[in-house]
Amino acid sequence: MKYVEDYRDATIARQIADQIRAEARPDRSYRLMEFCGGHTHAIFRYGVTDLLPPNVRMIHGPGCPVCVLPIGRLDMAIDLAKTHGVTLCTYGDMLRVPGSRKQSLLKARAEGADIRMVASTLDALELARANPEKQVVFFAIGFETTTPPTAVALKQAKAMGLENFSVFCNHVLTPAAISNILEAPEIRAMEAVEIDGFLGPAHVSVVIGAQPYEYFAEEFAKPVVIAGFEPLDVMQSILMLIRQINDGRAEVENQYIRAVTRHGNETAKAMVAEVFELARSFEWRSLGDVPYSAFRIRDAYAEFDAEKRFAMNQGRPMENKACDCPKILRGAAIPTDCKLFGKQCTPQTPLGSCMVSDEGACAAYYKYGRRRAAPQHLEAAE
Amino acid sequence: MCHAVPAQVTAVLPDDMAQVDLSGAKKTVSTALVGPVTLDDFLLVHVGYALGRVDPEEAQATLAALQEIGAAQ
Repeated sequence: MKYVEDYRDATIARQIADQIRAEARPDRSYRLMEFCGGHTHAIFRYGVTDLLPPNVRMIHGPGCPVCVLPIGRLDMAIDLAKTHGVTLCTYGDMLRVPGSRKQSLLKARAEGADIRMVASTLDALELARANPEKQVVFFAIGFETTTPPTAVALKQAKAMGLENFSVFCNHVLTPAAISNILEAPEIRAMEAVEIDGFLGPAHVSVVIGAQPYEYFAEEFAKPVVIAGFEPLDVMQSILMLIRQINDGRAEVENQYIRAVTRHGNETAKAMVAEVFELARSFEWRSLGDVPYSAFRIRDAYAEFDAEKRFAMNQGRPMENKACDCPKILRGAAIPTDCKLFGKQCTPQTPLGSCMVSDEGACAAYYKYGRRRAAPQHLEAAE
Repeated sequence: MCHAVPAQVTAVLPDDMAQVDLSGAKKTVSTALVGPVTLDDFLLVHVGYALGRVDPEEAQATLAALQEIGAAQ
């Protein structure tokens, strides 16, 4: 595929790895957080960690929307589907995520609730149009990449006068979460997650641009390199971060110039701004309440807000206490630190959200054979 | 969930829609978020929408930079 295979060349990857080894100073360590689960996946799928010297460590961030959705919000969606007789539509990633008391959307569906997997908000709109007697609710999750498609659906629903369509909004924002990781004193004091630089998200940045990261590059003096999702993109970005750290720079650099501009996709941003506004606070699984880190539906679209249309019930959310997902999402633990990892918790029988989602760090470790060894010390392939 | 894929426009359709070639599969996607597209444009497609475009010149510049790192060895 054009613009994909070109950036997977193994010979060039090894050459960049040699350059990284040549430029990384042996007298210091480089702790680099890849915020985005898409990068975590690329790093393990292509064995990027094995090409890095031991003092260059990748720390996996919370950029997996399925993983950071608080269990209470999932419980609300399950309850809505079970007790209000609605048709609940959502992206496939959400179906198997365990809620409280061993519930999930998939189990609710087996018990008779009308829950549909959709590939696009367009499919959810079409379901509402074709079934005027049903209340169709789109369970919207995701970062800045999936928010614009939800905005388009809400605008279309309004234009079409689709009275049986609504959205349960759980869209969250990347820059707010990165700031939170850097500034939350209790997290830093408790777990001392030291980060020297960030690999910035690829496709989130296609939408929001490079500019929103400038604030914390300056404020926290941490370098950011926006990186594409292919392995050579990741390798080049790591080299760019090492160069910034060596030079004492803390700038926003853009490796993914073929798709990311300084201001991003203005059309998409304008549509999002028309339909959504910042929520004062939103709970993230693992990070807690993060100020201004999520969107809510504007009053002009209130009639399409599922939380206003239905009496939604959060109940009493119950986390699985043995699951280390919260620490893993903050970068304070790696999946193999968790007692459940690879034993009770596998992709077939996931107990935590980081194992369910393809973008979760636990799923990446499991899938690519890092079942017991620490990332630097790879065991023989099974 | 945040992984868009590059796909080439094979037909421009009415109502802000386009047909794209996604690794050989033809798919109809919304272009409402990127504005007017033309035949052969490369779009970044995700959950049924084009979220952005691939700039061919910048793509070439990145490839050249990658090769340069290799050549510097």
